[in-house]
Amino acid sequence: MRIVLAEDHALLRAGLTQLLEAKGFEVVAAVDNLTELERALDDPSADAAVVDVRMPPTFTDEGLRAAIAVRARRPGFPVLVLSQYVEQLYARELLASGEGAVGYLLKDRVSDVAEFVDALHRVAGGGTVLDPSVVAAVLDRRKDTPVDRLTEREREVLALMAEGRANAGIAQSLVVTEKAVAKHINSIFAKLDLPADTDDHRRVRAVLEWLRF
Amino acid sequence: MQPAPTRRAGPLKASGIATAHVLLFTPVVVVFVLVVVSSVLTVVWVGVLLLLAVLPLSRLVADLHRTMAATVLGEPVPSPYLPVPPGPLRGLRARALDPATWRDLLWMMWAMSGGFVLSLLVVVKMLGVITLPLWWYAAVPLMRARSLIDRAILSPGRTEQLERRVHDLTASRAVVVDHSAAELRRIERDLHDGPQARLAAVSLSLGLADDLFETDPDAARRLINEARGTSSTALGELRDVVRGIHPPVLADRGLTGAVSALALDMAVPVELALDVPGRLPAPVESAVYFAVAECLANTAKHAGAGQSWVTLRYDGAVLRAEVGDDGRGGADPRSGSGLPGVAARLAAFDGILSVSSPTGGPTVVSWEVPCASSSPKTTRS
Repeated sequence: MRIVLAEDHALLRAGLTQLLEAKGFEVVAAVDNLTELERALDDPSADAAVVDVRMPPTFTDEGLRAAIAVRARRPGFPVLVLSQYVEQLYARELLASGEGAVGYLLKDRVSDVAEFVDALHRVAGGGTVLDPSVVAAVLDRRKDTPVDRLTEREREVLALMAEGRANAGIAQSLVVTEKAVAKHINSIFAKLDLPADTDDHRRVRAVLEWLRF
Repeated sequence: MQPAPTRRAGPLKASGIATAHVLLFTPVVVVFVLVVVSSVLTVVWVGVLLLLAVLPLSRLVADLHRTMAATVLGEPVPSPYLPVPPGPLRGLRARALDPATWRDLLWMMWAMSGGFVLSLLVVVKMLGVITLPLWWYAAVPLMRARSLIDRAILSPGRTEQLERRVHDLTASRAVVVDHSAAELRRIERDLHDGPQARLAAVSLSLGLADDLFETDPDAARRLINEARGTSSTALGELRDVVRGIHPPVLADRGLTGAVSALALDMAVPVELALDVPGRLPAPVESAVYFAVAECLANTAKHAGAGQSWVTLRYDGAVLRAEVGDDGRGGADPRSGSGLPGVAARLAAFDGILSVSSPTGGPTVVSWEVPCASSSPKTTRS
């Protein structure tokens, strides 16, 4: 898979390039500023982008804006946004930028290499990956809503679903069988009045929409 | 901030005030005589007792005329008195030393002579049939002339205004310096107890892992995993510290974006009405952001509210803000360190904070900060 990488910090850029190449990705461009990022994103052979939010020239949110802009030009282009901070506001803007194929993670999640590579694969495959801290904040925020009807275990499953995990991933992380997970998910859909669906990314979107995210 | 100018008085209102001036002539004379006589009598103790009663009376008379001058001119005529300390003798001393007291005496001499003549002229013209047209046209200019002189004598002089400004600035500077020193101590403590300690632990774990690399690879791997977890926690703590100094979203998106982000993190629904085109100076943005954050945090912690709202409006000169909720009210603006800290931070920009929180709610905290826009660029919502 051909990846465009944008990260202004030289050490992190080198580290990420090394990591991605070690895991079988091809880094077609590793850039450190907005102008070069925009040029690299116009390369039709690029399959996905990993983008830092804060970059020159203004060191604010140009990475995020570039990600949203490229998804307007190339609908469904997979972008994984990395940041030192996650903001619900930015997560909302990314989700609104098109159907799936988008991710938003804290930079330190990269330290779990397997998890990070998995997230990138899921985004490239059209899935939605949100940082657990965003998901937790959303779940905390909704009070007096149907989410209260869920059991503790169902809430855990819902949180993992919102992070973009498939049933197998959820089962592994909660140390239960896949069948049990499917049962929980059906129960969640029933309690939240959502029709069951097999497609991972639509599943996440449905959950998030229901959360009025 | 001075209130917006009201309408100037017309001939009828001006004449009403002229009549009041004429009727108040006798009280002014009486008060003047009393002040002079009591001042002379201070050589024996009875004068001091008399002054205790007479000086507040003279201020009352002067304040009454300030209000009348303000009505005629359609502009505020501020009271110039310095604060009076408690205790009869200290109070008397403060009043006697206040230059405004002496200006009041000077003004009384004017009100008993030239000022009285001007007001009397208006009243007399109004009463004579032949002079009636003259009255209609002359009443306003005559009364304006008198009121302008009243104001000139009764308003604080330039020196007094500057003295007061210096006094206010010294006070707000002291509070701001205290506040920022306390903030720096807090940041230092947060860094010392959190990320610093954790990074030391990371380096210790990695050192141990290095040592065990050959002999016990499993233990080394465990230590490396531990170090990774600790460094992640340290990063989280650093993020919290940075958010407390200057939230990244405020730098990215300015006040409206950052307040929207705050609202998203609230458990209570927040209704937003944000009208701040362009960017404000960074220190103002930061002070206002933390003020909103503090108020919303109070709402979440104490109010038990079902709904809250934030209004920000900028008209090119003054930013007006309001944060309210429909909770149980009873918030005390002086308790805790939150709201007093906010007020102190806003005072550095001549901002004024007011809190209304009757028992049973609603709670409304509002403030005004005079400021110039730093860029005409409009932020995206």
